[in-house]
Amino acid sequence: MSIEITENDFDLSALYARLRQNGAGAVVLFVGLVRDMAGDDSITSITLEHYPGMTEQQLEAIRTQAMQHWQLKNAIIIHRIGTLEASAQIVAVGTAAPHRQDAFEANQFIMDYLKTEAPFWKCETSTQGKKWVEARTSDAEAKKRWAKKR
Amino acid sequence: MKIRYFAWLREAIGTNSEDLTYNPDWKNVADLVAFLRQKSTAHHQALKDMTLVRVAVNYDYVDLDHPLTASDEVAFFPPVTGG
Repeated sequence: MSIEITENDFDLSALYARLRQNGAGAVVLFVGLVRDMAGDDSITSITLEHYPGMTEQQLEAIRTQAMQHWQLKNAIIIHRIGTLEASAQIVAVGTAAPHRQDAFEANQFIMDYLKTEAPFWKCETSTQGKKWVEARTSDAEAKKRWAKKR
Repeated sequence: MKIRYFAWLREAIGTNSEDLTYNPDWKNVADLVAFLRQKSTAHHQALKDMTLVRVAVNYDYVDLDHPLTASDEVAFFPPVTGG
């Protein structure tokens, strides 16, 4: 499966093994982790909610765009849901390509679009209580730069 | 038609989904929002400022002028924060 939404932790060596197949010359692995601080508040955990069905459809569309635009052998997206402790793995994006530039660029493209299009929401539990994380304008800006390139 | 709410909108409205009988007078999402705002104080508060809310119809992002049909699933949620 190229798109995986799961409550379980994921194994990077298993992901890497899948990306090494089919004559790839370069593999880029990105992993996003739960931060332990939000401003001055110390985070104890986050809870990730998503929109089943729409999430998969949006991620599939992002992956398809990446596969069409860059020369990729494979692209795999894993995203966790549920309650995660500080420093836990949240998301992994792996891209495999004949050459590194395609693998690097496609990986960033997928993350920038995932951040702004995939329907996930984080609720942080900190020493100050529970709080829904607000979207960052820097994430929207990061997505916009691809509009020029594509 | 099915209405879905997520994240703080779900908490503010107090439910994650509701079934509505489609009204042919609803020309677009904005008309549906106007109807929902009348349902309760909680709906009104949650849907008061639509610049804070994103809308999806049948899993695709849409604007407030998007037309509706009886079988649509319409979701309201805040800007996404995954990754």
